[in-house]
Amino acid sequence: MTENVVTIANPLSRFGGEQRVARHRPWPRVVVDRHGWNQAAAQLVAGELCLLGLWGDVDSVHMALHDPREASFAVLSLRCPERRYPSIGLRHPAALRLERTLVDMYDLIPEGLPDSRPWLDHGRWPVSHPLAAAEPNAGGGRPYAFLANDGHSLHQIPVGPVHAGIIEPGHFRITANGEIVVRLEARLGYAHKGVERLMMGADLVHASKLAGRVSGDSTVAYALAFAQAVESASVAVVPARALWLRALMAELERIGNHFGDIGAVCNDAGFGLMQAHCAVLRERVLRASAITFGHRQMRDGVVPGGVAVDIDASGDAAVRALIAEVRLRFPALIELYDSTASLQDRMVGTGILDSGLARSFAAGGYVGRASGRNFDARRVPGYAPYDGLRFSVPVRQVGDVNDRVWIRIEEVEQSLGLIEQILDGLPVGPVRITVPAVAEVCEGIALVEGFRGDVLVWVRLAADGRVARCHLRDPSWFQWPLLEAAIDGNIVADFPLCNKSFNCSYSGHDL
Amino acid sequence: MALIYALMVQAMQMVLVLALAPLLTGLVRKTKSRLLRRQGPPLLQPYRDLLRLSRKEVVLADNASWLFRVAPYLIFAATWVAASLVPTFAAGLMFNWAADLIAIIALLGSARFFLALSGMDIGTSFGGIGSSREVMIASLAEPAMLMIVFTVALIAGSTQLSTVSAFLAGADVGMRISLALALVALIMVALAENARIPVDNPTSHLELTMVHEAMVLEYSGRHLAMIEFGGSLKLLLYVSLIASVFVPWGIAGGVATPIEYAFGILTYLLKLTLFGLLLALFETVIAKMRVFRVSQFLGAALMLGLLGTLLLFVSRSL
Repeated sequence: MTENVVTIANPLSRFGGEQRVARHRPWPRVVVDRHGWNQAAAQLVAGELCLLGLWGDVDSVHMALHDPREASFAVLSLRCPERRYPSIGLRHPAALRLERTLVDMYDLIPEGLPDSRPWLDHGRWPVSHPLAAAEPNAGGGRPYAFLANDGHSLHQIPVGPVHAGIIEPGHFRITANGEIVVRLEARLGYAHKGVERLMMGADLVHASKLAGRVSGDSTVAYALAFAQAVESASVAVVPARALWLRALMAELERIGNHFGDIGAVCNDAGFGLMQAHCAVLRERVLRASAITFGHRQMRDGVVPGGVAVDIDASGDAAVRALIAEVRLRFPALIELYDSTASLQDRMVGTGILDSGLARSFAAGGYVGRASGRNFDARRVPGYAPYDGLRFSVPVRQVGDVNDRVWIRIEEVEQSLGLIEQILDGLPVGPVRITVPAVAEVCEGIALVEGFRGDVLVWVRLAADGRVARCHLRDPSWFQWPLLEAAIDGNIVADFPLCNKSFNCSYSGHDL
Repeated sequence: MALIYALMVQAMQMVLVLALAPLLTGLVRKTKSRLLRRQGPPLLQPYRDLLRLSRKEVVLADNASWLFRVAPYLIFAATWVAASLVPTFAAGLMFNWAADLIAIIALLGSARFFLALSGMDIGTSFGGIGSSREVMIASLAEPAMLMIVFTVALIAGSTQLSTVSAFLAGADVGMRISLALALVALIMVALAENARIPVDNPTSHLELTMVHEAMVLEYSGRHLAMIEFGGSLKLLLYVSLIASVFVPWGIAGGVATPIEYAFGILTYLLKLTLFGLLLALFETVIAKMRVFRVSQFLGAALMLGLLGTLLLFVSRSL
């Protein structure tokens, strides 16, 4: 699956790189100097490049980049022994929270970043900078200064981190003028689990389980991205049947989550009827997954080297029955959604996300595609078996709640077609190989399309085959800030609706 | 003897509304659940909830004032009195001289006043949001309600509910457009007043979208039980009001025999069931509207009420 990947043309010359790092696959990783780093920042600001990730290392920072015109990818690394590097976030806001996290986790200081507030670290962890020196910390907590809002008759509404419904923890500070939202500021980090720290030194079996537990609703996507990164690093050739089964799991996960979201968005508009019916469909997906792969969410189904479970005749029948039922029931639900005037009144024109912002933040998934950003990791960089399957990537232009629901509806339809193609064309053969032993340190990176957007996983394997370092970047990193932009000028009561239409991950983001 | 009989009937009415109010709430919840393909809570669940709440300890915020503790009882009392005045199974009861439409609106208005105050008492932002939205809704719903009352009073020649009910049950009313307008307007107002979809969502868990629930977020224990009971009574009151004015048939009038009263109770139960089912159905097929649309919704109710009143001045037969 590494053959057909296009890489950023000659990144060495483009960013004045000093050297290309050996054994980093499939994208090239080049070590650049400050000039090259700043040059990349300028191209990010100009919109020529998309930022896919920014993470730290022992004494360097890495930045994953995507050139949408060339459909190419590369990783830039900057050595910073003094633990300081030129800030990207200063000019390119998408990197802002990632850089604040770099301070929390690695003690790597972005030069010139005006926002010096910690992001994930609330001062309550037993250690500071867990991925670097890991100094002990008393853990008393720190006050957090929210952005100032001056103006006549503005008032603040604090929401969370504990909510009335059963959702993940996160704090939202809404500044409103009456009912109109003037500013929304999120504070996240409550669901931090220290996954990247736990990854250090873990063997592949344990590390794969950890990856699958970063965000429960995207367990297949995360396990798949981790497996792909490990397989790229160790140059493993995974059997074709395993690749197809992985895609089957990924598509089942996608439609299950989309059903849940479509219903939940409507329920937040006080229209429980859609949710009642969508919940039934979601339950059918989960049951079919349980019959086919032995677990409702297919957790630990994808492992480095292949898949843990093969599909049998009963699984094939269960998934085909599921497809038939969804094909039968879903059109009526779409019709109900589209023809209920009171529901449409809430959806259309609410929480519009500007397409320029979506492009600049490289927002993945339905958030980006509802605002005109045509990107799907299954197409670019693309991975097997999707290169041999027929599907289209729906894109819409308005960027309101309605468009984000419609993208989900259209993706469900595409995924149904994909599942049928997978079941019909499933190759025979083994479903798992042992990951070949690595003789020396090697690195791998993978970009996988989860239901929420593109999941990025970068891994460095030590010479003994264990994970030396691993970085997992949730699509929500580039979606949470956009929610704050989309809600501007809407009414307070529409925040839950906008939030649900984004449905960003707390757990995946807080890691 | 006649006095004791009249007193008993009046007492029966007061107990009846108390006994039936949670059942109506339970019926609406159950029906809605069934329409959403869910099993739903048992019909009697609201009674159990009230019992459970009344046994639980009360958790009070440190800065809660005496008003916060008194308000639930005031709200409950005002709503109960108002609900007892509306003719349910019988008109012409002992206290019916007080059953004036405007008095009932005033009683409900005072209950709302205390609820909005207690919502702001603790000083949380959600209580404040709830109170401000509630008062906005009230400022639109009450004028509409008054217009509806004027329409009905102009036709019946009285604001006394017993008189209105008896007059409209008579044969010489006929089909009147102004009454139809008033009915539509009254249903709209009733939905808004009882915090039902599309104005408010009684089952929502989203703090930011709540109106009624946001005001009572800080209440617990017996205080919450009083407020919940008051809410159920208010729903029963509006259903009874619509039933007594627009479908007054079956209501026993004046001093009646026990059999007539029994018949009155039977028809009343039928009416409650019918309205409960219709409410659940309506709430299922419609989404909640944006907060700012409420003004248009209630503005329409006000216009309908106004139109109904105007028609009566233009023509005696409309």
